[in-house]
Amino acid sequence: MKLLTHNMLTSHVKGVTNGYPLLIKATEVKVNEVEFNPQFVSRMIPKLEWSALVSAAEGLGYLQDLPSTLVSNYEKDEDFLRKVHKVLLEVEVIEGTLQCPESGREFPISRGVPNMLLNEDES
Amino acid sequence: MEAPVPNVETARRSKKDKKLLKRTIKASHTLLKHGGITTASQPTQSVCVFNGGLGNGVSRELLMAVLTEGGAVESLLMPPNKPYSFATFRSVQESQSAYTQCNGRELLCGRNHVTLYCSYVLPVDRGVCECVSLPPGLSVLEDFVSAEEACQLLKAVDWTSHTDDVTAQRELKHRRVKHYGYEFRYDNNNVDKHKPLSEGLPLVCYAVLQKCLSDGHISVLPDQLTVNQYESGQGIPPHVDTHSAFEDTIMSLSLGAKTVMDFRHPDGRLVSVVLPARSLLVMKGESRYLWTHGITPRKFDLVSASTSERSGVVNFDPSDLTLNQRDTRTSFTFRKIRHTPCDCVYTSVCDSQRPPSPPQLPVACSEACQLEERYVHRVYEEISSHFSSTRHAPWPRVRHFLLSLPSDAIMADIGCGNGKYLGINHQVFSLGCDRSVNLVSICRERGFHAVVCDALSVPLRSSAFDAVISIAVIHHFSTQERRLAAVTELVRLLKVGGRALIYVWAMEQEYKNQKSKYLKTCKNQENTETRGNEENVENLEIQENVKNQENVELKTSYTSNTQHRNDLDKANVESSVRQVHAGKADCNPEDNEEDCGKETPTRLCVHTNRTAFESQDLLVPWHLKGEVKAGSGPVFHRFYHVFQRGELEDLCERISGVEVQKSYYDQGNWCVILQKTQPITPPTNPPLPPIAPPTNISPHK
Repeated sequence: MKLLTHNMLTSHVKGVTNGYPLLIKATEVKVNEVEFNPQFVSRMIPKLEWSALVSAAEGLGYLQDLPSTLVSNYEKDEDFLRKVHKVLLEVEVIEGTLQCPESGREFPISRGVPNMLLNEDES
Repeated sequence: MEAPVPNVETARRSKKDKKLLKRTIKASHTLLKHGGITTASQPTQSVCVFNGGLGNGVSRELLMAVLTEGGAVESLLMPPNKPYSFATFRSVQESQSAYTQCNGRELLCGRNHVTLYCSYVLPVDRGVCECVSLPPGLSVLEDFVSAEEACQLLKAVDWTSHTDDVTAQRELKHRRVKHYGYEFRYDNNNVDKHKPLSEGLPLVCYAVLQKCLSDGHISVLPDQLTVNQYESGQGIPPHVDTHSAFEDTIMSLSLGAKTVMDFRHPDGRLVSVVLPARSLLVMKGESRYLWTHGITPRKFDLVSASTSERSGVVNFDPSDLTLNQRDTRTSFTFRKIRHTPCDCVYTSVCDSQRPPSPPQLPVACSEACQLEERYVHRVYEEISSHFSSTRHAPWPRVRHFLLSLPSDAIMADIGCGNGKYLGINHQVFSLGCDRSVNLVSICRERGFHAVVCDALSVPLRSSAFDAVISIAVIHHFSTQERRLAAVTELVRLLKVGGRALIYVWAMEQEYKNQKSKYLKTCKNQENTETRGNEENVENLEIQENVKNQENVELKTSYTSNTQHRNDLDKANVESSVRQVHAGKADCNPEDNEEDCGKETPTRLCVHTNRTAFESQDLLVPWHLKGEVKAGSGPVFHRFYHVFQRGELEDLCERISGVEVQKSYYDQGNWCVILQKTQPITPPTNPPLPPIAPPTNISPHK
């Protein structure tokens, strides 16, 4: 699971109203080099929940001094975009869990795949 | 019902005479009623002996001993299960003598006393007795093991052991059972091929099995042994050993007392076969696959008197029938676990070649979940790699939709399969979801973003997506409520202004006078190059890899739909016979459901690939490409609800805040493009009207 995906994920446990963002508990993290596409990263940034990305990156130890609030004019800041590129697309949680911040329910991440299936009584 | 002739146990001599006369008269009336047999007022050569019948537990030997006190018996007819017999003597003198000897005579049969009463009758026609032969493929080899070997084999079974394999030994209602090698499970009538038992076949068996090998009864050593122990009066219901569980040859060694096993052909033919002690029963081919075998629970068997010590068919000839009292019998049944699906020619009873028993269309949510779990989720998980290998070509109009998205869009593919739509537009962020872990893993290997989740509960942020697609997904939900919930969930993900593209399989496979490719490719291999649509591609693949399978389908008489339906009905009847393995007539979980008080639910029908749909809710076979040889792969069934024209639009219009921008028919699918026009309002969907009964679909001209 890459952090771009994580940014879109939310808890869907029945009754939960504040299930975002999911807490990452990683036991194995990999960084794979992915071709840098500054336009793509620039286009994605406004779609992100910035604070969720920052806390996820921090939790995994890849904050790279990213600011807690989004700066303006980042489109021209290649250094910044590279850092965002790295946390969004290169850092990948291979093993671990995602935890719902409200209910505490944990979802496994195995071989890079988060399994968000709920039991019948949870959905 | 056979009314037994009243039996007098103790009576005084003087009174007895009077009683005797009364009883004789009464008995003659009974006989008249029973078989249209006339008693004679004057002595004849033939005497009917009431209470001296096989039905009363009187054996031929016992009765014969009494009768011969009177004279030489020319013939003794003992009709099966009747409380009387007919003895014919050489002369009237002899019959009169026997009459005097027998009338009022008390016999001890086991623990029961019976009193015989006699009547003269007109000569009885013994009828023509049909000679019955053994079912094809069946043989009984007498004295296959020596008495010492039999002893050793019986000693090898430790009925007292309570090891880890508690389940391997059972006190079934009607007999004692122990398994070696693999456990035969009576809940699903199959074996768990991945879980061999810790206890292999007892060593002492191997000498016997080597002999079977060298005599050519088998070509490979069996790896599963079931030991059944039957007390007198116990039996096993008629069954066919599950085709998919075991290879062709099944051998059963009888130890202890002899018994009679009944073999039944689906057409009603019955053949009763004597299995003497220390004999080996070998079932192959038709007798193994098509005929049921079972042991009627009773204490006495009807056997042929002249060949009573030997094996063979019981001919039910009244002039030769007698009783054999059962005693404890232990059978050693040797089977070879089957690792590839059964490909026998007896497809009507083959569980590898048809669905076990089609489920019913669910009403309640829990039933729907169960159905989808078994007939959608599990199937995709099992066929995932083959499924993925058949999914390369995106459908042109889906591709067009994706390419039309603005470059800053984020798109979710709910039900993404192997991710074939996740890499179409590289400008946008594409996120896939699928229920199948295997399919999502394939997506990840291909470098796509994907998570495992259910389409009814998608763990993605609300109002975050510019586009969502749902291609060939919603037709897998088995109730209208769930299909609506699936579309509602898609809408939740959309931003206001965002668009959803939905594809579902159409019931109408012929539209505007054009047959869909799905239909067109029926017998046409040339079309395999034009891959336009998913179901189409899917089924092209079926076509390619199941050329041979078609023969199987023809053999199964799946040639016409009506025929097919009849076959299924028949198959259900047969399966109820087949699956009574453990003395439970309702082993099949589907059949176990309580139907009482419900309206008669209709079972889902199994679709014949590349034909028009007969109903909206059905099971569609998926032929998995066999690894051993083409066309021999297992068949999976996926549930589909195929949509009628207008149905998808109706579904979408139930959701507030959306607008159907476009709806169209694309190669056998109904498609809509929805736009979210308002923010989500709390779910206040109007109650659904009852689901309309499937209307008669005529192809759109």
